Formats: sequence, C-alpha cells, structure tokens
Amino acid sequence: MAPMRYAETFDVIVVGGGHAGCEAALAAARVGARTLLLTQNIEQLGAMSCNPAIGGIGKGHLVREIDALGGAMARSADRAGIQLRTLNASKGPAVRATRAQADRQLYKQAMRGLLENQPNLTLFQQEAADLVLEGDTVCGVVSITGIVFEARSVVLTVGTFLSGRIHVGLDHYQGGRAGDPASTALAARLRERMPRTGRLKTGTPPRIDGRSIDYSQLEAQPSDSPLPVFSYLGRVNEHPRQVNCHITHTNERTHEIIRSGFDRSPMYTGVIEGMGPRYCPSVEDKVQRFADRKSHQIFIEPEGLNTHEIYPNGISTSLPFDVQQQFVRSIAGFERAHITRPGYAIEYDYFDPRDLRSSLETKSVRGLYFAGQINGTTGYEEAAAQGLLAGLNAARATRELAPWVPSRSEAYLGVLVDDLVTQGTTEPYRMFTSRAEHRLLLREDNADLRLTPSGRQMGLVDDERWRFYERKQRAVDSEVARLETVRIRAPDPSAAWCARVLGGASLTRDATAMELLRRPGVSYEDVLELIGPPDTASDLGAGDPDERIGAQLRTALEVRARYTGYIERAREEIDRAQRNEHTTLPADLDYRQLAGLSNEVRQKLSEIRPATLGQAARVPGVTPVAVSILLVHLKKRRSSG
Amino acid sequence: MSAHPATIVAAATPPGRGGVGIVRVSGPAVTAIAQAMLGALPAARYSTRRHFLGKDHVAIDTGLALFFPAPHSYTGEDVLELHAHGGPVLIEALIARVVELGARRAQPGEFTQRAYLNDKMDLAQAEAVADLIDAGSEAAARAALRSLQGEFSARVRLLEEALAQLRAHVEATIDFPTDEIEALAAGALGQRLAAVRAQCAALQGTAQQGRLLTEGLTVVIAGAPNAGKSTLLNRLAGHEAAIVTAIPGTTRDVLRERIQIDGIPLWVLDTAGLRDSDDAIETEGVRRARDAIAHADRLLFLIDAEADPSAASYSVERARWPAAVPVTLVLNKIDLLQRDGGIAAAIAAIGVVAPGVRCLAVSARAGEGLEGLRRHLLDAAGYRREDSGALSARRRHLDALAVTAGCLQAAEVQCREAGAAELVAEDLRAAQCSLAQITGASSADELLGRIFSSFCIGK
Repeated sequence: MAPMRYAETFDVIVVGGGHAGCEAALAAARVGARTLLLTQNIEQLGAMSCNPAIGGIGKGHLVREIDALGGAMARSADRAGIQLRTLNASKGPAVRATRAQADRQLYKQAMRGLLENQPNLTLFQQEAADLVLEGDTVCGVVSITGIVFEARSVVLTVGTFLSGRIHVGLDHYQGGRAGDPASTALAARLRERMPRTGRLKTGTPPRIDGRSIDYSQLEAQPSDSPLPVFSYLGRVNEHPRQVNCHITHTNERTHEIIRSGFDRSPMYTGVIEGMGPRYCPSVEDKVQRFADRKSHQIFIEPEGLNTHEIYPNGISTSLPFDVQQQFVRSIAGFERAHITRPGYAIEYDYFDPRDLRSSLETKSVRGLYFAGQINGTTGYEEAAAQGLLAGLNAARATRELAPWVPSRSEAYLGVLVDDLVTQGTTEPYRMFTSRAEHRLLLREDNADLRLTPSGRQMGLVDDERWRFYERKQRAVDSEVARLETVRIRAPDPSAAWCARVLGGASLTRDATAMELLRRPGVSYEDVLELIGPPDTASDLGAGDPDERIGAQLRTALEVRARYTGYIERAREEIDRAQRNEHTTLPADLDYRQLAGLSNEVRQKLSEIRPATLGQAARVPGVTPVAVSILLVHLKKRRSSG
Repeated sequence: MSAHPATIVAAATPPGRGGVGIVRVSGPAVTAIAQAMLGALPAARYSTRRHFLGKDHVAIDTGLALFFPAPHSYTGEDVLELHAHGGPVLIEALIARVVELGARRAQPGEFTQRAYLNDKMDLAQAEAVADLIDAGSEAAARAALRSLQGEFSARVRLLEEALAQLRAHVEATIDFPTDEIEALAAGALGQRLAAVRAQCAALQGTAQQGRLLTEGLTVVIAGAPNAGKSTLLNRLAGHEAAIVTAIPGTTRDVLRERIQIDGIPLWVLDTAGLRDSDDAIETEGVRRARDAIAHADRLLFLIDAEADPSAASYSVERARWPAAVPVTLVLNKIDLLQRDGGIAAAIAAIGVVAPGVRCLAVSARAGEGLEGLRRHLLDAAGYRREDSGALSARRRHLDALAVTAGCLQAAEVQCREAGAAELVAEDLRAAQCSLAQITGASSADELLGRIFSSFCIGK
C-alpha cells in the first residue's frame, strides 16, 4: 500500500479512545492545540471495558482532580450514574469518596458528546500501525491502511491492546478487550524503542442476564440520600433514574467447584506469566489464598438502564467456561443464572514507567507521551488522570512551554506520576489513599482549591467553571470569617441545644462558632442554630442560593474545623521537603563518579535518573546521607561550572 | 539557602574528659533556644558567662555562651555555642535539653555541610566535606548497628511489627470500606493502641544506652581467692579502696567503687574470692559475689598466672553464672612469668579452656597492661574515640522512640475523643516514620502488601 499523507497537520495526535485517550485529546484541545484523536472504533469512545463504575476511595479523588482541571470524567459520570454513594461517609472528609455505578451507554454518550463538541479536536477512526520518527523525535503516526498523520507530539493511550492475549481456561487467543483486535505491529515498534517492558494480567467476571437472577433472596443496596454528585459543577438533577445494586456471597460449595477446576486454570498451570493485582484477585485466587474464608461477597452491578445484563463484581475468573457456569449457579440468587459472556483473564505488555519523565513524555523518544494501562496502571480514573496530564504536556511542548506536573502534596495525580516514574510497578498500579503521605491535604472537597487556579492559568478551565470557583471560594471565605468572629457566650445556648449537641454538658467558657464546630459531634447545622444562617441577601457570599455552593460550603467548614492542627503540621513537613523538590538533578550527572555513594545507591540512581533531589530521596534505598552527598556535589558543580 | 532547615545540635569537642566541652547549635531556632536556656540572647560575638538552664530553670552547668548571628558564623546560620565543663554526661544533658527545645541531633558532618552550602567554604574544601560526611556516616552506621544488636534490636522490631500490623488494619478499613474487613470497634482499637504504646514505653525505659550514660557500666571483678582482685580495684580506682593482704579470703563483702576512664563513669565491684568455705561469713560473701556476677554488665574474671596457669578456676565457675553475662578473662601477675614466651604460652593455654573469650594479660601490682584494660572497658561500655558518632547515633534512637511514643499517645486521644479513623491513621503514620529512623524507611507498597496478605481485598 502506498503511503498517503493526511491533508491536515496537527499539534497533538492521541492514539486510543479509552479513558486516557479521551481526557488527553480534550485537554490538548482545551489549551488550544490542534488535536487528532485516532481510535480503532469511534463507537467505543469512553467504553468501560471492566466494571461499570467510576470512583471509589482514591479513585474518586482522582476524578475530582480531573474535574477541577476541566476534564470530562466527572461530568460524564454525573450524567450516567445510576447508583451513587459516598464511601467512608462515617469517617472524616479526607477519606470520603464518591462512587457511581454507571450506565455504559449513557457514559459513552456523554463522553462522545463532549468530544464531538470540543473545539480544536478532530475524531478519526483508523488503527494506528506505526510511529513516524525522525531520529529520536516523533513526528507522526501511520495507520494500517497507510495514511500518514503528522504532528509534533503523539500521546499513546493504547491500553491492553499491546500484544494482548486472552485466556479462558487453557484456551487463549490474541486480542485487546474481548471483541477487538490487538495492535501487534505498533507493539513491535515500541519494543524496539523502549528499553524495558513487562507483562501484566487482569481479569473480568462472567456477565449474567439479570432476568435469570432471583433478587428476592438478595440484599439490596440503594443510592445514598441525598444523592452525591461528582463534578463541582454537577447537579443532582443531571442524574438518570436510580436503581439498586445487590449483594450476594459465594459459599463452600462454590469454593469446592472452583478448586475442582484448578488443574485447568491458566494461572495455576503456568500458562499466564503476567503479574495480576494483589487488590483485585480472581475468585480462584481468593479461594486458594484465603482458604479459611467460607464465603466472599459479590456485588451485583447493573450494566445500564436499558439492558438486563449485570456485572457480578467479585468473581473475576479465567477458569474454563464449564467450571464458571457450575460455580456461578452454586451462588444464592444465581441458581438459574444465564451467563451472557464468559469471564476471562487478559495478559498485556506495559512499558516500564521509569523510562518516562514526570510529564509522561518517554525519555527515549522526544514528543512521544504514554498514558494509561501502557504505563502499568489499572483503572479508568488512573488512566484518565494520566491522559489529562499527557495531553496537556504534549500540547504545551508544541509551544515550547515547560511541562506542568503537580507535586505529591498537591494532588493524587502528583502521587500517581511520581510513584510511576520513580518506583515503577510490578503489578497493575491502582490508587489508594494510603499511597499519599499527605492524605489529609488531598481531599475530594478541595481538589478545586488545589488545582483549578493552575488549570485556569494554563487554559484548561473555562469561564463557567472559573466563575463558579470564585463564587464558591468567596462563600467559604466569608463564612469562615463569620464563624471565627461570632462568639457564643457561656452558658448561653439553650438547655435543649446542650442536651442534644453536647450530650447534656453546658458551655463552660465563651467560644467562637468555629471553636464549637471543632468539637466532636457538633455539626455546621448545630452551629447555625445558634448563630443563624448566613446572609442570603447577597448572592456572592455564604448565602449564595446555588444549591451546589451550599453543599460544598458545609464540607469546607467541617474540614477547616476538624483538621486545622494536622494540616499545619503537614504544611510544615512539606515546606521542609520543598527545597529538595525544587532542586533539579542534571540529566548528565554520572552517579558512578560520585564519591561517597554506596554501590547500591549509585546503581539505583543511574537506573532511575530522578529529575529532582526530592525524587531521588524517595527512591528505595537512598538514605538522607546520600541526599546530603548529592547536595554537596550539586553545589560543587554549580561553583565550578 | 534553604527555606526551613532544621536546627541541629552536637558536641563540637571530642567525647571523653577534657577541660572544656562545647555544644554547638545551628539553625533558625537558635534565638528561641538561647532565650530558654540562658534567659536572654547573649550579645553577638561576645563571650558571656551564663547559667545553662534545664527544664525547671535549674542550672545544668555554668559556662560561657557565644552567639554568632547569620550569616557571620561557621555554618552561615544563627549559631550558639555553649562552653561547658567537659565530661560526657554533662554534655549529653545539655544536648538533650537543646533537643527538647526543638533541635535535632546533627548527622555526621552536617555542620560542615551547611557551612559549605552557605558559601562559607571554598571549592577546594568540597572534597573534604563529602569525605567527612561519608566517613562520619560509616562510623555512625557501624555505631548504630552495634547499638542495634541484641535485645534492644529485637524489641524495636517487635514494636515496629505491632505498629505496622495496627496500621495495616486501620488503613485497610479506610481504603477498602466495602470489603469485608473485620472492623476494629473504637474500644478494640483503643486497646491495641494502648498495648503498642505500653510496648514503646517499656522499650524506652529499658534502653540500655540511657542507663549506661547516666549510671555507668557495672564491672564486676571476680576470681579465685588471692588472684589479685582487690589490687586491681585499687589500681583502677587510683587509691587504696580495698584492703589488700596476701591472705586468701581477705575480701568478705562486695566493694563498690565509682571510677572514671576518660570521663566515662564506671562502677567497679570487687568481690570475695570464689571458693567453698566452712566460714559462714565467707560463704555469705561468696554468695554475694555470685549475685553481683549475675548482674554484671561486664565481668572481669581474674586468673592467677602463677597459681592457676590452666585457668581451672574459670572452668569450675563458668557454669555457675548466667550465659548472658559478658566476660573478659584477665591473666594477672604476669610479672611473675618468664618474659620470653611465658605470657603467650599462658594465654594459649587459657584459650583451650575458654575458646573465643577475650583474654588480657596484666600485672595489677606492677601496673603492667592496665592501659589496655582501661581501653577494653571503654570498648565494653560502647565508647570509642574513633567513633565520635556512636554516642549520638544511639541517642538519636532514643529521641526517635520518644517521638514515636508521643504520636501513639496522640492516636489514642483521637481514637478516644473523636473516633476519627483518618486522624488515628495520620498519627500512626507519623509514629512509624519516626521509628523508621531506627529501623530504616518502609514504603507505602510494604504497607499495602501487608494489607493484601492479611485481608481478602478486592471485588
């Protein structure tokens, strides 16, 4: 086939239309880059190939950060969420997280609508076959039919499509997601260019026709009331009709049947080499590793409002189909279950993310960026967050702007990228709040405060979002000021109030409203009872009539009251570490020549080549003494250079 | 050059007894520390005589204070120097007070490093700085390792394990709220927190290094009657503390004498000669001697080179004291042996009876070999001149334990008063970070690994 040049040239080409690809293309286009989104199948843009849910602990935090930077995931989830909950609602605001069960079709529709209406963005359906390279710089992409697309930056978000291999029992075949082909040609090219690759594994459960499930035996799990929203700009009335999830459990017979299939399991017979995630084990893994457990829970998640298919979350498996059918039918409520698609495990390549810069640009090919599962991560939210960052930085690079990377204390996105590029990963990387050392600072409620101003400055945040942000901040500031100045005289509050809120104790000395709010068990509403509601006359303060501002204000105040001391301590820690974070390590530093470093440290630093002293300090095995020695050498270099 | 460097403190004079001991403090908290310890900030660059005040405004010592405001100081930061009377116990008390006031103990070479980074040194000196940090850290690492051997280390690891388990549980309930993790009710969590804190407190209390510093090492001199034990005590004490006669059994009771070697305090106990006797008083003396031996930090077992060349007394007595008592054999009366090869032959003979036990040859009466014995006792106490970092490395461990204990206490308060899981988790994280200064850092991934192996996580 003769190569044929596509008439239009682009600043940024995004290859892949999954969650990383969508956010990458949108972000690049938002900041003004002429952007092309190249996908194998336009119908699959924004497809949820695993379970139909967005958010959860750590992940919901990422979704809010994407939203605070003007991304699409939260807005789409609000329009597709058919069961929404706030997880950890009984714990403090730092670890609360939103989770939405999403209608797959509605989600794709919402995402596609946002993509189609995004200025500067062109969609094109064609499989990418190869990169166009000039030396070590990328300058475009060739499709399988020979069309050459030219661009200054290319973002690859090709997920599990690289040398993908699907396993059901001992049978296996090449494939991306079930039903789509794997991109082996592109994989070969990348293997040539990228120094280190690895292989990972993930799995899905069999899907079931909901009409064959007996729900009468099962525990229902409805949405929370009031209904949560994902986007800072979201409103409850955007949500479609709400439906229930359900919970059932495996039993000892289920486990027996699963054990009987071990001799035909690709995992236990060594057919699968890839490393699966520890936090998302297959049901056969659970039965084997936690043999004393007599049952494991299964969440029955609806796939959508217009389909009967359900996703039984908790029984991902690669056992042969006959075993799958048998064990599924041993579960309460599933006695007559009809499996609509067998469960499978998929193995795929990923590239060692330690070969990336924090901007997500590859170290070996200029202008080439990676985001999503290709970097060894799992999850829509992790992918989308990287996509946004890669798309943004790909676009910034075409204008000679420095890359933007949030720090670990600024965003989960910063934690994600820093973990990936400094530590690498050996299992599919998923976000957890315990990965963030400054968890109390990185909350769902303040992602806008942390990121929206930067997003605005870079052009990611539009006028609507920015105006809302300013209004909300004004409301918070004015109410904080009021609570800190209004004093409640002891023993002023009524006996009834004291009995209900303070458990019968009375106020022994004067306190500000904020000090009262700081007491365990005292809510904002309780305080309002004493001091009255904020002034509603003005629509640019705490009395702002917008329902969204009222809800967000309440959380902001609660956080202020609850975490003050801890947040100050965290800020001090961050300040102390700041110097290291801002000290860059020269790219040509030869660690083997540095006197005083142990061989282990030399080797690790040579391998990872951290960008900053802060990153170096986080490399396992690097001691404070090694950091001191690096500091001295840096100084010496500057003085002599 | 740095936004918020820590304030650091260390002894600027070598450890051991000297005329003057200098404690140097550098960093932004110097002014506050000077105000707390001296009552007021001394005039810049003037030597001022002051009381150095402890916690309750009781003077720890009186000496000269010097204040060098930034940038005109050795490090380029605010620097305070306290010139006190020498002696490791006093110097340590001053350093501990400065730490209490917000400083931390300096890493090896850290003052010099700051001086270099703040342009107080030229390029030619840079190599030396790196070497200093390197050499110092090696010595400190060796010292830390040594202090980590034995029971202390085992107990720190137990504490770390208990803390890590508790953290895994608390973190699992935060990160996996929809998984079936047996929830720790506030009461149960409180109990486990209290148990870990008690473990930490017990460890602080028994940390051997603290006791050695304040009370000194207990050295017990034992051996057969008339082996020269009391003569050795008098030699070490530098005066006639014990009555010495040629009659075996002269010493009937345990004699305690406090001595100093290079300013390091030691208790030396002279005991009755070990033998079976019909004399009731002597028998009681021998019982007391064996009791003292059982509690010794170091036992010097004397062997009479002339009367007992095959160390038969040691072979008999060895089984009678606990195996854990560290013992050094002292071959006494070598002045009575043939000069050529006599000593070597005697030591070789003892080596057969007591393989692997350190043996020193001395003559208590003639004063021969005593300098070597003194050095050996300093070694046994953990003080070595060549490891100036040793003492402070161990003190850093104790500081870390104190911070850990504080964080655990805060976690308990959170658990009891607010029941806030994420705040308990935050305090536990801080506790583990602090303990990591002793045991080495642990990563978020290790924590997750612990969670995944303890709980069946994942849908």
